[in-house]
Amino acid sequence: MKVGVPKEVASGEARVAMTPASARDLQKLGYACLVQEGAGAAAGFSDAEYADAGVKVVTGDAVWGDADVVAKVLPPTDAEAAALSRGQTLISFVYPAANEELLEIARSNGANVIAMDMVPRISRAQKVDALSSMANIAGYRAVIEAGNNFGRFFTGQITAAGKVPPAKVLVVGAGVAGLAAIGTATSLGAITYAFDVRPEVAEQIESMGAEFVALEFEDRQQDGAATGGYAAPSSPEFREKQLEKFRELAPEMDIVITTALIPNRDAPVLWTRDMVEAMKRGSVIVDLAAERGGNCELTERDEKIVTDNGVTIVGYTDFPSRMAAQSSLLYATNVRHMVADLTPERDGEVVHDMEDDVIRGATVAFGGEITYPPPPPKVQAIAAQPAKTSPRALTPEERRAGELAAFKEATRRQVALLVVGGILMLLVGSYAPASFMQHFIVFALAVFVGFQVIWNVQHALHTPLMSVTNAISGIIIVGALLQIGAVHWIVVLLSFISVLIASINVVGGFLVTRRMLAMFQKS
Amino acid sequence: MLSNGLVSAAYIAASVLFILSLGGLSNQESAKRAIWYGIVGMAIAILATVLSPGIQNLALIVVAVVAGAFAGQHVAARVKMTEMPQLVAALHSFVGLAAVFIGLNADIMLNAVTEMREAGMALEEAGLTAFGEKLWKKDATEIAILKVEVFLGIVIGAITFTGSVVAFGKLAGKVSGKPKKLMLPSEKMPLPVISGHWLNAIAAVVCLVLGYLYLDGAGIWTMVVVSLVAGFIGWHLIMGIGGADMPVVVSMLNSYSGWAAAAIGFTLGNDLLIVTGALVGSSGAILSYIMCRAMNRHFVSVILGGFGGDGGPAAEIAGEQVAIDADGVATALSEAESIIIVPGYGMAVAQAQASVSELTRKLRAQGKDVRFAIHPVAGRLPGHMNVLLAEAKVPYDIVLEMDEINEDFPDTDVAIVIGSNDIVNPAAQDDPNSPIAGMPVLEVWKSKQVFVSKRGQGTGYAGIENPLFYKENTRMFYGDAKDSVNSLLPKIE
Repeated sequence: MKVGVPKEVASGEARVAMTPASARDLQKLGYACLVQEGAGAAAGFSDAEYADAGVKVVTGDAVWGDADVVAKVLPPTDAEAAALSRGQTLISFVYPAANEELLEIARSNGANVIAMDMVPRISRAQKVDALSSMANIAGYRAVIEAGNNFGRFFTGQITAAGKVPPAKVLVVGAGVAGLAAIGTATSLGAITYAFDVRPEVAEQIESMGAEFVALEFEDRQQDGAATGGYAAPSSPEFREKQLEKFRELAPEMDIVITTALIPNRDAPVLWTRDMVEAMKRGSVIVDLAAERGGNCELTERDEKIVTDNGVTIVGYTDFPSRMAAQSSLLYATNVRHMVADLTPERDGEVVHDMEDDVIRGATVAFGGEITYPPPPPKVQAIAAQPAKTSPRALTPEERRAGELAAFKEATRRQVALLVVGGILMLLVGSYAPASFMQHFIVFALAVFVGFQVIWNVQHALHTPLMSVTNAISGIIIVGALLQIGAVHWIVVLLSFISVLIASINVVGGFLVTRRMLAMFQKS
Repeated sequence: MLSNGLVSAAYIAASVLFILSLGGLSNQESAKRAIWYGIVGMAIAILATVLSPGIQNLALIVVAVVAGAFAGQHVAARVKMTEMPQLVAALHSFVGLAAVFIGLNADIMLNAVTEMREAGMALEEAGLTAFGEKLWKKDATEIAILKVEVFLGIVIGAITFTGSVVAFGKLAGKVSGKPKKLMLPSEKMPLPVISGHWLNAIAAVVCLVLGYLYLDGAGIWTMVVVSLVAGFIGWHLIMGIGGADMPVVVSMLNSYSGWAAAAIGFTLGNDLLIVTGALVGSSGAILSYIMCRAMNRHFVSVILGGFGGDGGPAAEIAGEQVAIDADGVATALSEAESIIIVPGYGMAVAQAQASVSELTRKLRAQGKDVRFAIHPVAGRLPGHMNVLLAEAKVPYDIVLEMDEINEDFPDTDVAIVIGSNDIVNPAAQDDPNSPIAGMPVLEVWKSKQVFVSKRGQGTGYAGIENPLFYKENTRMFYGDAKDSVNSLLPKIE
């Protein structure tokens, strides 16, 4: 069978659905390849390169007439769709929700239409996920476009000619495009912040090197896993919080890249007029949601405008097409994978398996029937996030009550100790003579002072503490000095030895402590 | 000659300086000043005593002090930092021995003074020392109390002395570090065997009986026997305690040496001795308490020895230990951004602190965040690891305590365990039947990757398996700690 690729008819569309490289792979699957003259020219692939890859270069009519599988990028025009015949397969972006007429035409002429934008988001389908590969490019290009319109460096520099602060970039929406934008902005050296309504992507954002802008909001947003990994519309309260946060950030940000889209809805307006007005002159907004009305209130579709306060707002919708060589390579590879899925035997024969989750999901018209919308995929795509159980913060009242209880407990214990200690003292006092009690007072106070002082000693200094207390306990030398008298020679001898060894203690202890302490150095 | 008033004033000054000296140890910078307070305080105390009224044999004193000072200086200058634990233990033994001698002296002098007084001699003729004069003036009750004090001083002093000698032997490796209890008459004999705690209890009772006889006027032989029996208790007690409990033992002996000094202070009626002894005693007691809490054990159970309790079989460990070579470790280290090193006694044994310091310096030069996590009972002395790392010139502000750093492990790329085992054993948290269940441990296994530098596959001091070694993110880096770290150095550039 034959796979054919026509030239894109829309003006300004530079991409092409087949590259010489993907053509070679398709031929390995058993297909013959056709390409319309000049189809790859805008993306940088000449007819000669195609011919070298074994592709037959033909006229437009020949592609539509001869090919069993027609692959293109943008949805077919009515005229193109009408050229399809029964049994012929069309692979392209379709946007079936917005293109009902197209589906009708396909039904009437019995063509099978596979929409690259309807590929379900499951792991197995990643290789055919053209939306992701295009979003990746859009995210990258958005930063480049922003840089092109931004008069400063992204990275901070300190040069002989002065200090340059790093640019601050805010990325709203951390889908594929958002993450790509974060990665690009970070690697250019900007300080990047990112926001998303799905709290579970915070980790992904941080892994790309941006700081997650967290909202303090009680109700958890719906888990992204329940909606196939896409964001769901948010409650008005949440939206209010979100806008409040953005308002706070707006004056600081040099570049804002908005990528917030909710499937099958108009883009939510997240960057309002007052935020734009609050931004600094020279700042840039790139609105990747411009196609669906834009996240920024002032965005004009397919236009670049400069506001009165000097903020550039880029509303282009053709970012992938602006990098046609790169996006053609990726898209062609996605298409080639889709064709491979359709050719389980690798024999160049299309087997349209409607039981397969990926193929079923992407097929919008089959055998004279409209098969859109598809049933939910049999395999749950993304594991639900385990509910995060954070320990509930105590209310101030509870905390105060806890502190009060602890205080009472401590008081009770201290009073009990004092009472017991007092009784013991009284007992000792009633039997012991006064001369003993005088010394006992000193002893009790010294123990008390010791306990108070030693608790403050740092753990790291415990060894010096031991050796210094060791030196100090050499104070026993005083006792020996007091005894070293002439009463008996044994007394003199024992005292002499005691003075000797106690001196070793004193001098050795202090010197070794000093040696140790001198070693402690701060970095 | 100083008057008694001046001597007292000097003693007050010395006491205050000692308190300041201990208080100054609250951080490294003030500690460098605090040590001077201690030295000046001690100098004042000794000078004031020597110059106080009634001091005799000045020449002997000078000889003893000079000889002692020379020996002390010699030891302090030569001791290696890894040998600190045994030095501290050895010095404790001196205090204990001095306390025993002074106690015996007090009794001898008491008898001599009493004889002279009863012979009708006048105080002026007797030619007594200051202490002798004090004894002369004591009445019957005071003498009874004095005897109790002598008894306490000798018992505590003797236990401190022999205990410290054994601790020194164990720490210096001259006595086996294994817990050992004496069996009487012999383990092989069929007679009923008296062992362990019973032997200590009997010895304690003997001491008390002798003490009672002494108070009853039985003469000095009772005190000589008491010092021998108490010495036996000290020896036997510390023999029964194993190597890893040494931090507790050393700080306990530290405390005892203080109490012995205080008891002698009571005997001699000297407030400076009482104050200083009490300071040292409470310091040691607090350190023992901190060490015990760090091991989640009761002081009594540590002192009475043995890792106790049969709580059912320990949980089985699944998996195997995976070894890694220096290249693997070096690669992981060069990729890591944050590194925590957990040193233990093994680092001290292998003298690896200088190599570890060099490794730290190189890693820090690459902009990596390198920190040290110190478990309170790592090593054989409280704060032992801190001193070793300081010696190797590791800046002290990257050396953190367990409580300061334990929460940071989940955000750490690489944890390196060098020569420690039980203090990083997850069984303490996971396995209620483990002998160390409930002991606070460093949660190294929560970091992304753990390397364990270890000599072989043996178990730690507690003799229990360490599930850490079997964890998926753990790699065993076998070999002598110093050689292992040295083999890493050229690979980290």
